[in-house]
Amino acid sequence: MQKKITAGIHRRKLHGLTDPRVVPYVLVTPFLIFFAVVYLYPLISTIIMSFQKISSGRNTTFIGFKNYARLNTRDFWMALQTTGRYAVWDVIVLTIVPLLIATVLNSGLAKGTNFFKSLFFIPSLTSIIVAGIVFRLAFGTLETATANRVLTFFGMEPVKWLSYAGPANFVLILLTLWRWNGVNIVYYLSGLQSIPKDQYEAAQIDGANAIQSFLHVTLPGLKPVLIYVITITVLGGFSMFTESVALWQQKNGGGVGRTIVGYMYMVGFDRNDFGMASAIGIVLLLLVLVVNLIQLILMGFFKKEDQ
Amino acid sequence: MAKNRINARKRGMLSVLATLLMILFAIFAMIPFAFMFMSSLKPGTEMMRFGLTLKYDPEVSSFANYAALNTYNDGIYWSWYRSSAIIMVLQTVLGLFFSSIVGYGLAMYEFKGRNLIMSLILILMMLPFEILLLPMYRMMTAAKLINNYIGVVIPYLVPPFMVFFFRQYCQGIPRELLEAGRIDGCTDYGIFYRIMLPILIPAFGAMTILSCMNSWNNLMWPMIVLRDNKLHTIPIGMGCTITPYKSAYDVLMPGAVMAVVPIIVIYLCAQKTFITGLTSGSVKG
Repeated sequence: MQKKITAGIHRRKLHGLTDPRVVPYVLVTPFLIFFAVVYLYPLISTIIMSFQKISSGRNTTFIGFKNYARLNTRDFWMALQTTGRYAVWDVIVLTIVPLLIATVLNSGLAKGTNFFKSLFFIPSLTSIIVAGIVFRLAFGTLETATANRVLTFFGMEPVKWLSYAGPANFVLILLTLWRWNGVNIVYYLSGLQSIPKDQYEAAQIDGANAIQSFLHVTLPGLKPVLIYVITITVLGGFSMFTESVALWQQKNGGGVGRTIVGYMYMVGFDRNDFGMASAIGIVLLLLVLVVNLIQLILMGFFKKEDQ
Repeated sequence: MAKNRINARKRGMLSVLATLLMILFAIFAMIPFAFMFMSSLKPGTEMMRFGLTLKYDPEVSSFANYAALNTYNDGIYWSWYRSSAIIMVLQTVLGLFFSSIVGYGLAMYEFKGRNLIMSLILILMMLPFEILLLPMYRMMTAAKLINNYIGVVIPYLVPPFMVFFFRQYCQGIPRELLEAGRIDGCTDYGIFYRIMLPILIPAFGAMTILSCMNSWNNLMWPMIVLRDNKLHTIPIGMGCTITPYKSAYDVLMPGAVMAVVPIIVIYLCAQKTFITGLTSGSVKG
């Protein structure tokens, strides 16, 4: 036996790229190149551009914080408001509803659990733009639009859904819930399945009812997944763009539906003002990082690392 | 005994409630598809007059609408379709290849800088990718990759979330397998190819569907890179090019149905691998 092992090691000449000490570096090289080209360089470039006036070609001049000062427009504050309102509701709805569904599915209380599991994921497979066509028509301005028919059926006034901030946000959240619900359910289910069964049994022996065991066993056990879901939902909420294009059919969202990213697209690609567009991007970056940092502190993410 | 019976009845009621709740959400998930399909059978003029309906009217409903996809703007819909499909395949194959080897390397080997790369990946997952698109557009212009599928795929070659997923998944693989392979005289690359790849199949299944989903749904970056109408993808075409006038309504709904069907078929075929792959590997802190 001993002989065989040494023979094996002998046969494998360790040199060059096949040396086990070198192999991991070869394996991660694609990521390092990718990181430099796709993340690091563009990030630095965005920061620099946000302090520049960029006219056609390579003509650039540093203008300090002027691009940021120019952000003080009605359009920008409206986009910020639209995005903020959407992000708050997005985090609330897309954290709680899928958690509720995943908990029910995991409890095995409902019949046909496996059927529902695969069914709930199907909307996530569609393109938001394509699904958005249905939502746009269903929540159209006309009285014949599906949602307005339902309202008039119950004796209520028809609503111009996509013309006002409040109703528009409702439709956006509904579209988002429809499209992303299944993804978050899968995340939660994976978390729920990793909670050991005996913890529930112990809680039951201690006389805990269903709600108590949810609060004291399920939620703590789900914490890593919960942090993950909230983090990506915050990111998705603040950088939302596709949903508003789907509902308003304009490349920059337009009016009540224009988000920060939509505004950035408009300034950058419609007005060709890359300096100001970069400043918008940096504001978005800071916003996402600060909100997520607060969220992670509140959830005790860093406390865990200390222990 | 009596207490047991009360518990059983309580459980029965809860079960009915839970099932009802699930049915409610199932209807919510499915009803847009029903609207989409029923409307796709009707001429656009009907839809402009009555909006979306679930009614089936044999006098006006037929599959004839689907033929409009071939004639609308010289069949540009199918050019969009082809664009979307090519990008989806390119992005998925390359993305899976690169992120699987990186994730595997991070999970299986101890080396200097590993923790740095891991924290980097976690930070990147929190970064709004959209803000990088302006300088990336300038890069692609300089590299003459505008109106080129390669230009669309480059920012998705090694997606951080996919690397993270593969790394989590590979951490479940016992390192003894690596040792055993070495003893058998395999190089480390041979071990990955012959021993690890078969083990990673569920992970590949899950990531294939996720990658296809992301690519099929992607709007902003393809819209920036693909300026030529004929090269547009389905989301660009359906979202921005087709305006709600005249004949466009005829193509809108059949086009939507045709865009949804293939990916759902792929999913239904692979859903078992998908769900197990996703739940066994994913986020555990």
